[in-house]
Amino acid sequence: MSETIKKFLYLNRRAPYGTIYAWESLEVVLIGAAFDQDVSLAFVDDGVFQLTKDQSTSEIGMKNFSPTYAALGDYEVKKIYVEKESLEARGLTLDDLQHLVWEDEDDDYAEKDSIHLVTRAEMAAIMDESDVVFSF
Amino acid sequence: MSTLHTVNKSPFEKPSLQSCLDYAGSGGAGAVLLLEDGVYAALTGTSVEQRVKSALDSVKVYVLGPDLKARGFAEERVIEGISVVDYAGFVDLAAENDKVQAWL
Repeated sequence: MSETIKKFLYLNRRAPYGTIYAWESLEVVLIGAAFDQDVSLAFVDDGVFQLTKDQSTSEIGMKNFSPTYAALGDYEVKKIYVEKESLEARGLTLDDLQHLVWEDEDDDYAEKDSIHLVTRAEMAAIMDESDVVFSF
Repeated sequence: MSTLHTVNKSPFEKPSLQSCLDYAGSGGAGAVLLLEDGVYAALTGTSVEQRVKSALDSVKVYVLGPDLKARGFAEERVIEGISVVDYAGFVDLAAENDKVQAWL
């Protein structure tokens, strides 16, 4: 199992429910988590809408998959980058998003924030440093 | 003829809303219904808010409540002047107008 660890970046640019991209991305992230890789999630453009809290799909007859994001920490997915410019263009702040955390077993299982607010320039650098980018 | 225009695409991703408003505003009496990913255009504080507000002078705008809720937004986040409707309201709008024109 001592294969070379690669930096995987999942790039999410679509809103949830209108298309299947968001749900498919989440499925692939969870499957990919079984392989020991360095995983990061990026949410830009309409992708930031995937993380809004209080999603309630009972009236549209679709599965509400938003609670699954809260489970990402248990799958060792703890680097979630949200682009500041994308939030602002959509009238959103971090307060509109779910509070996602992961437990640091090296620090007495302290809960730590998974979501990191980054600028477009910082996001560009994150993309640049990645070995593989999966686009959704 | 009165027309119900529907927009189901995000205004940040496609020009469907822009095209719809350009046409719907200059035509006869009609209505615009935002649904699915089109509901994001109804929110306050976005980069398209002013465009949507200016359209309210010439056309009635509605947004589908169930699609707003699914995406995590309460009615308080909707631009003043836009009416929130449920599925029955959608049917009423379709029945009240002579035809439905979808902006995909």
